Amino acid sequence: MIAFNKYYNKFNILSVSLVVVSLLLLTFKGLNFGIDFKGGTLIELRASESKINVSSLRDNLNQMNLGDVSVKKFGNETDFLIKFENNDNKNVIEEIKTNLDKSFGNNFNFRRVENVGPKVSAELLKSGIIAISVALILMLIYIWIRFEWQFSLGAILALFHDVIVTLGLFSLLGLEINLSIIAAVLTIVGYSMNDTVVIFDRVRENLRKYSDIKIFELTNISINETLSRTLITSITTLLALLSIFFFGGEILRGFSLAMIFGVIFGTYSSIYIANTVLVRLRVSQKTVLKEDGSN
Amino acid sequence: MLYFSKLRIIFVTLISLIFILIASSNLFKFSNDLLNKKINLGLDLQGGSYLLLEIDNSPVVEQKLQNLTITIKNYFKEKNIRINNLKISNQELSFTVDNQFKQTVLDEFNDEESNLNPYYPRFKSHQLNIEEKNDLLIVNYSKQGLVELKTSSQDQALEIVRRRIDEIGTNEPNILKRGNDRILVELPGLDDPMRIKSLLGKTANLTFRFVASNTEDSFGTEKLKYEDSSEESVVSKRIILSGDNLLDAQPRMNNETNETVVSFTLDRVGAKRFGKATSTGIGKQLAIVLDGKIISAPVIRDTIASGSGQISGGFTFQSATDLALLLRSGALPAPLNIIEERTVGPDLGQDSINAGMIALAIGFALVILFIFIKYKIFGLITNIALIINLFLLIGVLTIFEATLTLPGIAGIILTVGMAVDANVLIFERIKEELKDEKNNLIAFDSGYTKSRTAILDANITTLIAAIILFFMGSGPIKGFSLTLGVGIFTTLFSVYFIARLLTVLYVAKNKQKEGLI
Repeated sequence: MIAFNKYYNKFNILSVSLVVVSLLLLTFKGLNFGIDFKGGTLIELRASESKINVSSLRDNLNQMNLGDVSVKKFGNETDFLIKFENNDNKNVIEEIKTNLDKSFGNNFNFRRVENVGPKVSAELLKSGIIAISVALILMLIYIWIRFEWQFSLGAILALFHDVIVTLGLFSLLGLEINLSIIAAVLTIVGYSMNDTVVIFDRVRENLRKYSDIKIFELTNISINETLSRTLITSITTLLALLSIFFFGGEILRGFSLAMIFGVIFGTYSSIYIANTVLVRLRVSQKTVLKEDGSN
Repeated sequence: MLYFSKLRIIFVTLISLIFILIASSNLFKFSNDLLNKKINLGLDLQGGSYLLLEIDNSPVVEQKLQNLTITIKNYFKEKNIRINNLKISNQELSFTVDNQFKQTVLDEFNDEESNLNPYYPRFKSHQLNIEEKNDLLIVNYSKQGLVELKTSSQDQALEIVRRRIDEIGTNEPNILKRGNDRILVELPGLDDPMRIKSLLGKTANLTFRFVASNTEDSFGTEKLKYEDSSEESVVSKRIILSGDNLLDAQPRMNNETNETVVSFTLDRVGAKRFGKATSTGIGKQLAIVLDGKIISAPVIRDTIASGSGQISGGFTFQSATDLALLLRSGALPAPLNIIEERTVGPDLGQDSINAGMIALAIGFALVILFIFIKYKIFGLITNIALIINLFLLIGVLTIFEATLTLPGIAGIILTVGMAVDANVLIFERIKEELKDEKNNLIAFDSGYTKSRTAILDANITTLIAAIILFFMGSGPIKGFSLTLGVGIFTTLFSVYFIARLLTVLYVAKNKQKEGLI
């Protein structure tokens, strides 16, 4: 049996600092919102000639008065991602096409064009925030119906931890937040909850079984009993996610990365946040028996 | 938990076979009607254009208020009340009346029976609001009036958008209402939406008006720019003909001038008016105005009574074709703005499909390998259930002809990764049970029973996330939530029917064997 409980305090301090650092990052550095949430235009280009590079493209586009243009390689050497903020010119894509064809010859394939107006991006951001909030609230309700309040608190703190730290990591690394990241965050919420609930289920079962074991020990027993399941499921999920990350193409990369972070944090938080909340709230056999009596 | 009746075994086998058949119908073409269903590929996979259009209703409101000024004047004239200082600004109409009539005017506006201001009993609201501010009376659209106006202009716009897109002939366009002032257009297979965008961006409001010879025109005049130059002309506000009078329009080659023109045919009313105008206006310039710009302003040389004519204006064949198309399909009630556009080229779509399939194959292989190494014979059982699960998932998506997007493929891969969770929970539980219980059958039975709540919990939490995504998400994200959500149900089926059935069959044969799992 691994003595997970020996490190409860240390990892609690770590988690609190991670959350604090993440919140600081989110407040002061902020998130790198993509065009879905910020509005603007995105163009994915494939050049048929390998001589074309980022700086020549950037120089060319900078002459077009597009405002702040970002040009990046996208995946391989001949693919580029161009982004700029909204402007009023309706024919801007046509003009870019003409301009690039003039300067570089007819060498470009416009693989993807996305343009999100300011009104739509504001709506998408709002509905993204609503979606995550509603998900958290529904999880809270579900767990509140299923478990005693001490367990609910533990699960919710673990959830907030996972969401905040994942977003904090995105802020730190400057990774782009777009619609698919919202989907990833929601799936993380589901996954983290799932992991926590499995361990909690065992804690509650053990609480009924053993009256003489203190919660500090009991959580450790429960974690160990469910450990192989926790690990196997994390591994298979990570295997699936890693294969999306490496082979699923550039578009799914951000999504799979967020999920990979989320699964790791989710697994960690089920052990080191959700359970320590039970310990700190001095949950005992009485907590679950009282509930049984009232039912 | 371990008993399976013969009937149930047949049922499970049948279901599995049916779904394998349905799922594989995506790969092979079956002539059978029942199976003639396929998963649709989303725009991000097959390539195409997604356009969200917003109707700018402010010109409609202005126009309606403009019409209202005349209505109000005439309405109260009959009652011997003089309306003064009629003015429109900020979507509001203001006017003054003598103090003694103020109450009468207010009463007329608030009378539920009056024709002046229609009343909607269902919403307990008038079309227009009226209020008193200082000496002015201010009329504007009520909330309900505005909704009515928006809905009707959305209906009209939708019809025109559909006609224009049909004229171009893209395959299976999807044109839908969104809210009360938006229209969503999905155009599969279209990799360059330039032409459609420019066609949808034009209101195509066509009018024939005389170029004003003297500025004293009883209808008023306005200065308009030419389409192809910065020159301006003063044009009468009196409309001789509008696009509504057109029956047909076609691009033509004018043999005399060797120029591309748009020839048009007028309806009866239009032909009459056109004939009258051209007979009285010989020698005058007739401006052809499209969306506030003059295309050309030819001098009338002859009376045109045939009800057909030509518009010239330095067209290329393409621009003449487009103008003819716009004129045929009619004018939009209000300008449309493209507020969101997502276009994916067909080769990127194909790349995404390939990448998605490779990721699925590799992810699947890794999970299967891992589970087999971990659980041996029970791993095999889990893997068989997992493979059937995949067929079930694809089969359900096929039956509903769901749209598969790239995130949707990610959802399938993720389902593969998470689907083993339930079997892992069960097997780990059985292992624990076997520590105290020597009877395989009892241990397996209680393993299944005791893991049930945890499995249910785990799947409900994921389902909650999937449902929220489905209702809040758009496009590709919806595809993700769909596969994730459907995946939960197919997973539960494959775990509790297929994997359990195979487990039962195996355990029944190896009742006495020790260290079974």
